[in-house]
Amino acid sequence: MPRPPITPQDERDREAVIRVQDLVVGFGERLIMKKLNLDVYRGEILGFVGPSGQGKSVLTRAILGLVPKREGTIEVFGENLDEISPQSRQEIERRWGVLFQQGALFSALTVRQNVQVPMREYLNLSERLLDELAMLKIEMVGLKPDAADKLPSELSGGMIKRAALARALSLDPEILFLDEPTSGLDPIGAGEFDDLIATLQRTLGLTVFMVTHDLDSLYTVCDRIAALGDGRIIAQGPIEAMLASDDPWVRSYFHGKRARAAMAGAA
Amino acid sequence: MAALTNSVGDAGRVLLDLSGIDRLDTLGAWVLDRTRHELGERGLAADFVGARAEHNILLNEVAYRGFQGAPVKDTWNVVDIFVDIGKTMVEAWKDLVRGVSFLGELVMAMLRLLVRPSRFRLPALINQLELICFRGVPIIVLISFLVGAIVAQQGIVQLQRFGAQAFVVNLSGILSLRELGVLLTSIMIAGRSGSAFTAEIGSMKMREEIDALRVMGLDPIEVLIVPRVLALMIGLPILAFLAAMAALLGSGVVAWIYGDIPPDVFLARLKSTIDLRTFLVGIIKAPFMAIVIGVIASNEGMAVQGSAESLGRHVTASVVKSIFMVIVLDGFFAIFFAAIKF
Repeated sequence: MPRPPITPQDERDREAVIRVQDLVVGFGERLIMKKLNLDVYRGEILGFVGPSGQGKSVLTRAILGLVPKREGTIEVFGENLDEISPQSRQEIERRWGVLFQQGALFSALTVRQNVQVPMREYLNLSERLLDELAMLKIEMVGLKPDAADKLPSELSGGMIKRAALARALSLDPEILFLDEPTSGLDPIGAGEFDDLIATLQRTLGLTVFMVTHDLDSLYTVCDRIAALGDGRIIAQGPIEAMLASDDPWVRSYFHGKRARAAMAGAA
Repeated sequence: MAALTNSVGDAGRVLLDLSGIDRLDTLGAWVLDRTRHELGERGLAADFVGARAEHNILLNEVAYRGFQGAPVKDTWNVVDIFVDIGKTMVEAWKDLVRGVSFLGELVMAMLRLLVRPSRFRLPALINQLELICFRGVPIIVLISFLVGAIVAQQGIVQLQRFGAQAFVVNLSGILSLRELGVLLTSIMIAGRSGSAFTAEIGSMKMREEIDALRVMGLDPIEVLIVPRVLALMIGLPILAFLAAMAALLGSGVVAWIYGDIPPDVFLARLKSTIDLRTFLVGIIKAPFMAIVIGVIASNEGMAVQGSAESLGRHVTASVVKSIFMVIVLDGFFAIFFAAIKF
């Protein structure tokens, strides 16, 4: 299903749920982010691309507050993360869900218990409702019910990603952060995962921030793409804008052999 | 090849006939092309002839290029030693600062839990108590029993020379209650539970589980570390008490068998030499030892970086530092109690 292209006019009208301004992040003397600006609008799936080792994950981690920033502001839901109280920060934290690259499931807990961790923390529910809700999420992400009582060490790579997604979705977040959700999955599994994210985004009205290398995902599910280069956003916009960009890295990324195959697949 | 290179005189042009080669791997191709390159450097134009098409592709692929090895540093230097010592001292200082600030965070987390006790994780505490305290009993009791027995045996041998072997009761009674019980327990717990904390927390750090907790709005210190440190603070005094009793039992048994001091005499002498204070001196130290072990173990766990090697290094550091600090702290307590004449 082709989506209507997003014009600059639309962008002004839309609410930015994440607004990163002049972000500077560095480790030692090496600067990873040099005055980076990026807006993520409500209800969109933003694909975030960039060369390996340039700090795609670092931006995600900086927004999540896992990596200290040196300068700049990060606003989530219109609130500056530096200026809010721990309570309001916690309020924001329960409104986002994160899928880490390796899943980061709690290894001592079963899949069901993993999905229940945020629920137990924030909701006061009966055991029965907790179990039912957890099973619902587990089925939603396409896992079989018997996976619920397995430990993360007993799951395959694809199942770990799905289980971690179920945990990320456990509180029905408004923003979903995905760090390379399809890496390490076979093409069929990756395609299913893309469809799943698109479906969830439509049904739950999620805003998705997706770090990815997967050109198929970029073509099939992303509304907008932002490309990172040298600590800044070097191009952003829908896929057409990427194809039209004259930045050498963006050109070679979206006009390479693999990109053409993905484009043909999406068409 | 070297012989070949040398045997070529000043022919001006060299042809390397490769037509007899059936299989060529990267090593062979590299040596061939390097030879061609070396001949070229001597002003001899060398060329391959008769190579198969696929061998030509390989030869092009591994075409000779100079590799620069990593610069070799001077192996030994007096200045390096001082630099090393300096760095170690700075690191040790930073370690101390980190430890103290971590202790501060821990106390803050505990105070927050005091205000909102509903957030406290009782199941985690019970679980840790079982692991630290209950499952640690056999080995700690056994070791304390043995050390108590050895001290008594040595005491008897030495005191016999002065005909004062009855004083072995004073020796082992005071030693067991004041020092042995708590010190042996602390060292065993540092090795047994401290290493486990560091490994658990470190592997959670490696697998981004700690980050996952944070982004869910959960405080890793509150969730993971407070229950562990509290379990240590409760478990260590209990274990120290059991260890002291086991050490007394060990020395009692040895005194009976080896020193001909029957149990009733042993108990009577014990009663006259020790009082509640002797016992308190030992047991008061236990919770402090627990905090030291807990803080060092958790701090090392949180410092683990991505690799398995880093995990191993921090587990080792955790045990070594805990044992060292436990003994240092024991020394401070000895001075303190002497100063207040307790």
